[in-house]
Amino acid sequence: MAEQTLLEAVNQAFAYEMRVDEEVVILGEDVGVNGGVFRATDGLIEEFGDRRVVDTPLAESVIVGMGIGMAAQGLKPVVELQFMGFIYPAIDQIINHAARLRNRTRGRLTCPMVIRAPFGGGIHAPEHHSESTEAIFAHMPGVRVVIPSSPARAYGLLLAAIRDPDPVVFLEPKRVYRLGKQEIENNGEALPLDSCFILRDGIDVTLVSWGASIKESLEAASELAQQGIDVEVIDVATISPLDIDTILDSVSRTGRCVIVHEAARSFGVGAEIAAQLAGEGIASLLAPVIRVTGFDTVMPLYRYEQDYLPGVIRIVDAVKQSMEYR
Amino acid sequence: MQVPEFTIETVETLDSEGRLLRPLPGALREREQLIDLYQIMVLTRVFDREAINLQRTGAMGTYPSCEGQEAIGAGIGVAMRKDDVFVPYYRDVATQIQRGVLMEEILLYWGGDERGQKYRDQSQDFPVCIPIATQSCHAVGIAYAIKYRAEGRAVVTTCGDGATSKGDFYESINVAGAMSLPVVFVVNNNRWAISVPLAKQTASQTIAHKALAVGITGIRVDGNDPIAVFEVLDEALERARHDNQPTLIEALTYRLGDHTTADDASRYHDQREYDEARTIEPLIRFKRLLQNEYQWSDADDKALYDDSGKRVQQAIEVYQATSDQAPGDFFDYMFAKPTTDLVRQKKAWLDGLKHHG
Ligand SMILES: Cc1ncc(C[n+]2csc(CCOP(=O)(O)OP(=O)(O)O)c2C)c(N)n1
Ligand SMILES: [Mg+2]
Repeated sequence: MAEQTLLEAVNQAFAYEMRVDEEVVILGEDVGVNGGVFRATDGLIEEFGDRRVVDTPLAESVIVGMGIGMAAQGLKPVVELQFMGFIYPAIDQIINHAARLRNRTRGRLTCPMVIRAPFGGGIHAPEHHSESTEAIFAHMPGVRVVIPSSPARAYGLLLAAIRDPDPVVFLEPKRVYRLGKQEIENNGEALPLDSCFILRDGIDVTLVSWGASIKESLEAASELAQQGIDVEVIDVATISPLDIDTILDSVSRTGRCVIVHEAARSFGVGAEIAAQLAGEGIASLLAPVIRVTGFDTVMPLYRYEQDYLPGVIRIVDAVKQSMEYR
Repeated sequence: MQVPEFTIETVETLDSEGRLLRPLPGALREREQLIDLYQIMVLTRVFDREAINLQRTGAMGTYPSCEGQEAIGAGIGVAMRKDDVFVPYYRDVATQIQRGVLMEEILLYWGGDERGQKYRDQSQDFPVCIPIATQSCHAVGIAYAIKYRAEGRAVVTTCGDGATSKGDFYESINVAGAMSLPVVFVVNNNRWAISVPLAKQTASQTIAHKALAVGITGIRVDGNDPIAVFEVLDEALERARHDNQPTLIEALTYRLGDHTTADDASRYHDQREYDEARTIEPLIRFKRLLQNEYQWSDADDKALYDDSGKRVQQAIEVYQATSDQAPGDFFDYMFAKPTTDLVRQKKAWLDGLKHHG
């Protein structure tokens, strides 16, 4: 067993699956010889050749669109969009085709593909490289949205996404790509695509997050523990379909919920969770649900991006605010 | 640097009177084969008229007529092999019925029922595509899969002249060239994109020219002549199957109907141009060929129309007798295995149905 970063875990999951499944084909800009701009596909072209690790022309719509055609023929394409900020030309293909193919042919044609993109802020990247727009995809019926937040979950969830018979949008929090290592057994074991992960048990407040913000959420929980507040931390991980039952169950014990996400505040995944808590979970709530999020502004360029991102201080404050509510 | 000069060839086999300009292609020498081509066009024409009637009488939703463009679909269908893959847009009745899509299925789809794209007898072809030019991308991916497995098959995809303005079209022909994929792009140049004439669509002299920019073969064909369409398709398909070479074919035709049943072309079309197009539409011309060269009689013609009418009526009967989808069927095809939440949403919906009837 070796210690791996999230990025290396993605790479290892690819190598594992491509060895056992000839139908897995990677395509995207710079994924081949260069191994991807973040090196997620590093070394794969050497092992699997340019038939299976395909450098495509710079054309996002056709990259995803051809993935759909390949998937309909029974291949398992994994397409990489270089950054989430450049996925938008392909949204047409995702919402109008990938998400609908099974339904509109009543199961005759299906779309077992993965659409990967690095996302989120905090790495001092240029304009358009830092946004978190997972809610756009979570709102599309027919696609799964998965966001790993640790190396082990990246490994297990990517394997699950590749093996899933339906399209999966797999968003990788690039801020934690190389932050922290974890031992991963390269045993090909996938994780479920329909459950949240409870990262820390607690009885006072449920802290719900995903992606890179899990890091600050866990840090906030440690800090709050020292102040005698016992926080349960949930990594949603499989954003859509949402495992609301795990969140409801936790809130039934804590009565309080704080949701943390990098994405803009309004109409987001946090709002969906809050709405479900206000429905099914209303009887358990002892305090209003609080969201700690990015803002409804254009994301600032890198010099001010920390002002936008939900940090430990804002999370700690929100949890205390929740605790103080009587 | 000197840019090479180029010319775009236009393939024709019939003159405006339906006289052969040159010998028939080898694969179409038999009278029966020509009658088959004619039969497909007639069946499509009759189907098309009846589909419009169904819409007019409220028995079906919006329908895009393919009147005047039957020769393209007839030629494509005859040139394709069963194991090739067809990725249509929405004026491809003539090809689809040759590829095993049932006429009642086409009616069912335009009649608002997804089961019309389940295709009982056609497993691989894509369904109708409404977001313009998006299907070009799928064709490229299918071609990649075929090449990946070295299957020696090919893909044919269609789109309209308007579609060639879209990024997806350019992206697709470009990737097909860059990756050398077995795909044939056929553009139904019917001169209109709803009300927008081709002249407003592009300054390119021909649509086939667009192939040159991406390094693939571009060719024009008389799209009102199913023999010529067959011939260019046949060649392009061979290049695709054997050499993984893509081709862009511009088929010249004219849209004789409204854009769809929701459109009124009299608001924008040019009557003189339209009247002229009527005189060279594919069915009249092909009938002349059969009459002049193949002893096709008026009685033969009437028998063919009668038979086509019967087949279409049978399809309409099946369409109209199709039972409803099971209530809430639309919940069941979102994922291979329904998600917990969808199971709940469906149950709540069905409970409501029981409660309120
Ligand atoms: C992306 C997209 N934009 C607009 C429309 C609405 N629309 C449907 S058909 C059409 C014109 C298409 O013209 P053309 O490609 O020439 O095909 P034709 O209908 O003439 O066969 C338009 C604008 C659409 N379906 N998809
Ligand atoms: Mg047109």
